[in-house]
Amino acid sequence: MIEKMNELKSKLNEEIKNISSTRELEDLRVKYFGKKGYVTEISSHMKDLSNDEKREFGMQLNSLRNDLEVLFYEKKNILIDKELRETLEKEKIDITLPADNNDVGTLHPLTRITNEIEELFVSMGYDVVSGPEIERDLYNFELLNLPKGHPARDAQDSFYITEEMLLRTHTSPVQARTMIANQEKTPIRIICPGAVYRRDEDDRTHSHKFHQIEGLVIDENISMSDLKGTLELAMKHLFGEERELRFRPSFFPFTEPSVEVDVSCFKCGGEGCAICKGTGWIEILGSGLVHPNVLKNCGYDPKKYSGFAFGFGPERIAMLKYGISDIRSFYTNDLRFLNTFNRMDGEN
Amino acid sequence: MRVSTKFLSDYIDVSDIDYNDLANRLALIGNEVESVEKITTATSLVVGKVLECKPIPDSDHLHVCKVDIGSETKQIVCGAPNVKEGINVIVAKVGATLPGGTIKETTIRGIESSGMLCSLEELGIESKYVPERSKGGIHILESDAKVGEDVVKYLEYDDTVIDLELTSNRSDLLNIIGVAYEVGAMLDKKIKLVDQTIKLDGTEINDNLELIVDTHNCSLFLAGMVKNVSIKESPNFIKARLMASGIRPINNVVDISNYVMIEYGQPLHFYDYKKLGGKIQVRMATDNEKLTTLDGIDRTLKETDIVITNGVNAVGLAGVMGGLSTEVDDDTCDIVIEAAIFNPMSIRNTSKNILKSEASTRFERGLDPNRTYMAISRALELLKKYAYGTIVDGILVHDNSIKEPKVINITKTKICTSLGIELTNEDILDVFRRLEFKVTKEEDTFTVTVPTRRMDISIEEDLIEEVGRIYGYEKMNGTLATGVIKPGKYDSMYKYIKNLKTRLTSIGLSEVITYSLVNKNTISMFTNDKKDLITILDPMSEEHTTMRYSILPSLLEVVDYNLARNNKNINIFEIGKRYYKEDSNYKEEYLLSVAMLGSNDISNIKNQRLNIDFYTIKGKLENILNYLGFNGRYSYDTNEIPKEFHPYQSARILVDNNFIGYIGLINPSINKNKIYMFEINLEVLKSLKVRGIKAKEVSKYPSISKDMAFILDKNVPAGDIIKEIKKQGGKNVSASVFDLYDMGDKKSLAFNLIFQDDTKTLLEEDVMITFNKIIDTVVNKFNAELRNK
Repeated sequence: MIEKMNELKSKLNEEIKNISSTRELEDLRVKYFGKKGYVTEISSHMKDLSNDEKREFGMQLNSLRNDLEVLFYEKKNILIDKELRETLEKEKIDITLPADNNDVGTLHPLTRITNEIEELFVSMGYDVVSGPEIERDLYNFELLNLPKGHPARDAQDSFYITEEMLLRTHTSPVQARTMIANQEKTPIRIICPGAVYRRDEDDRTHSHKFHQIEGLVIDENISMSDLKGTLELAMKHLFGEERELRFRPSFFPFTEPSVEVDVSCFKCGGEGCAICKGTGWIEILGSGLVHPNVLKNCGYDPKKYSGFAFGFGPERIAMLKYGISDIRSFYTNDLRFLNTFNRMDGEN
Repeated sequence: MRVSTKFLSDYIDVSDIDYNDLANRLALIGNEVESVEKITTATSLVVGKVLECKPIPDSDHLHVCKVDIGSETKQIVCGAPNVKEGINVIVAKVGATLPGGTIKETTIRGIESSGMLCSLEELGIESKYVPERSKGGIHILESDAKVGEDVVKYLEYDDTVIDLELTSNRSDLLNIIGVAYEVGAMLDKKIKLVDQTIKLDGTEINDNLELIVDTHNCSLFLAGMVKNVSIKESPNFIKARLMASGIRPINNVVDISNYVMIEYGQPLHFYDYKKLGGKIQVRMATDNEKLTTLDGIDRTLKETDIVITNGVNAVGLAGVMGGLSTEVDDDTCDIVIEAAIFNPMSIRNTSKNILKSEASTRFERGLDPNRTYMAISRALELLKKYAYGTIVDGILVHDNSIKEPKVINITKTKICTSLGIELTNEDILDVFRRLEFKVTKEEDTFTVTVPTRRMDISIEEDLIEEVGRIYGYEKMNGTLATGVIKPGKYDSMYKYIKNLKTRLTSIGLSEVITYSLVNKNTISMFTNDKKDLITILDPMSEEHTTMRYSILPSLLEVVDYNLARNNKNINIFEIGKRYYKEDSNYKEEYLLSVAMLGSNDISNIKNQRLNIDFYTIKGKLENILNYLGFNGRYSYDTNEIPKEFHPYQSARILVDNNFIGYIGLINPSINKNKIYMFEINLEVLKSLKVRGIKAKEVSKYPSISKDMAFILDKNVPAGDIIKEIKKQGGKNVSASVFDLYDMGDKKSLAFNLIFQDDTKTLLEEDVMITFNKIIDTVVNKFNAELRNK
């Protein structure tokens, strides 16, 4: 009988090798464990045995059952795995086909640059202030130490609406407005982003509408070195930690001393390249200490207070940073151009 | 200002510094440099004399010349029409480099040619400087040129020009002496001033000339006289220096007036004494007074122009240009010299209306009266020396000018706190010494005497700038302003827009920025308002005359621009201003405008796309209004839609019954592409109160969902049914449309109703009572037929 059992085990070992699906395996199982199965057939011999033999036989039989079950179980797992693999394989797709679209729009590059500058200055305690684009000559020029007939007015050829009203030529009138509006004449820290207008023919480098971000700090003992330190931070923020700053003396009627600010070239690091025209430096903005006449005109005592002012050009910064060669691109709004900016920025 | 370094070397030694370095350093103390260029880059040029010049038989213009170049005689073929025997010419020897290339030994028509006879243009000289006799051919040198001599040296072209781009305050740098002072301060070198040899006292001039000044717009007028000048070409150094300065040489007398202007910054004018007569009168012009200026143009003057007259007629437009009637010409014998200062504002006004000149540029920015005296003396000297004239002793003087230098007191503390640099007394004294400003010091205070040439300096801050730039900003370290710092905050409208922009991009719209100045033909589009619009007094073009009242015309342009470039999927927005005038107030209001058209591809391969229609853009609008906190507060009607919209696919948008803008399809008569747009007034929206976010506990009780469908007349708005459902159902019922089926004159609309009570579990029978009530009302009120339950 033992022999028969061992034979049965070997038989299953052989038969199970040829089984390739769970269904076949189930059929095979019936062959062994079914009502007319081999195991049933063997167990029918039980009744012919003595009680002692029965106990022995029973134990043998259980052991056989277990062994066979294990064989079925192992095979079943293998087959399930195999069948799942086959099913999944049929679901194979071409992963190189195009992705579905996610419609998320993009901010205009000028907004993006303005946001970057704003974030820095707000973090340093500057308020973001706006002013009208249709401005009085008084705020745009006169209070800023540019009286009527001043030759420096030529540099900002203006769109006049009446003798007294014009489209602001810079965001500086917001300086004057803020100083005048501050009744208590307390310290001021502001930036003023916005659109400005000058009588320039639109071409690759000129636009009759463009943007500025004016900055103004008024407090006691504000110095040129404070201006330098502040702008150094801004330039590092915009163009990378390694940037250095250079002050070149210049002239603006509303500041004295006045400086043009150059930043070391972010492309070549100062060696000289096409972007910096071989000089290693890029002219980035104009700034200076607020002219005492401007302070006086706006009700601040120049003996007590001093201040600095600067003016960023978001167009210029965007052109440098993103390698844009034609300022008109900002205003024609070709979607292929705009979509360039539909991502997070990386390193230069 | 084009600075001849040779001219500059008369006043300061710059031989030990490379001119590019000089230029870079000038830029760092505030004088931007446009270019540094040699007058000519040509080499190996010598003076030659044409000994023999024979035409080449089979050519209509070539000559073969024997040219003496000192050391030897060369055979050179020349094609210039003005080549002839006996003239002195510029010979480029074999091996010479010219801007156009290198000269090689060559054979022309079988004849050997060793070198080239040159025109000035071939040396790189602009043709406006080429004298008459050399026009269209080779340059004919004057007879005093020594054969074999280096031509570049002989012509005084061995010069480098630094072109300075000056800031408008630095009028003192519009002359060589001023630049010499600046370079001197920079290099810490003293400048060598030339002694004025001609004394200005004497009375002989009174016998020849009378001067009357009848206007306060002329603070200083000096008149001098030189007799018996002989008019000829200027010496080479004068011609070369004028060229270097950008001025065309004319003759020795005229050139001297320009030479002195470049040297001293004082424009001069020379009159032919015979033509002028014995009287000079300065006065304001009369309205419509006529004057023919030197350039031959008849000018009509105004009362605001200053004129020089002979006592009767205008003979010069003061500070701008002389008159033709008293011009110095080849026959001029005696000349009258004018050295004057006119009111800068007045000159500025005249030159703006009439013309800008080298002289007017200088007058406009103001002149140093001390220089005026120096300049007339210098002119007399040069006229004597180079025009061989006899000086008439003395000058006529009208002088109300202020010649005393400004004195400014400033403390060391002020300088140091303003710059943020710790300077010693020596540092500061050193700067003023280098600038040649006289300075004395008492305790902490410096008393600085500013020379009259530095008209740009009048207050302490100007001196601080001088210290900063000469000491050097590169030695300054950056610091950060101290003081009380509070968190920065945004202007509230600015913040509103900033947040809104982020939301707009997140729902698939891209930001554009367009011009605010628009064509006035577009200005009445997309509105029924009749506002006073704002126009520019003197627009630059038809396209930009008027400040816009709506952004939509600009967005239409952006759409067309993109369609023309095959850019599909156009989903754009702009937040910008509209401008108008109301009761003499200028108004600016922020609008949000959106344009969408075409179809947004969701998936290319699955062929899923969203065809944009009214409901797409309505979805964007409502998303924005919900974002801004107006959920449930907006509605639409179809009253008074501007004609630019499709009359049956557009609406007015109302929030709390305030009109905020329009939404709809663009009328095909305006644009045939199916463009959907809306424009809303952000100022109105922002003025409406929105409550803060309050979290509401989600109902713990189950809801019951039920559908109903009606067959309705096709013109019944779905919104009216929804309103009725909510009215009948009360606060526990919400409803939405889930199906629309077009049946010709009729339509089928299906609604999904959610019944939910926050306080209890609703019972089916209670819900059915409400449900049936709603159906009955809709059926009766809208003449509807219930489709199924």
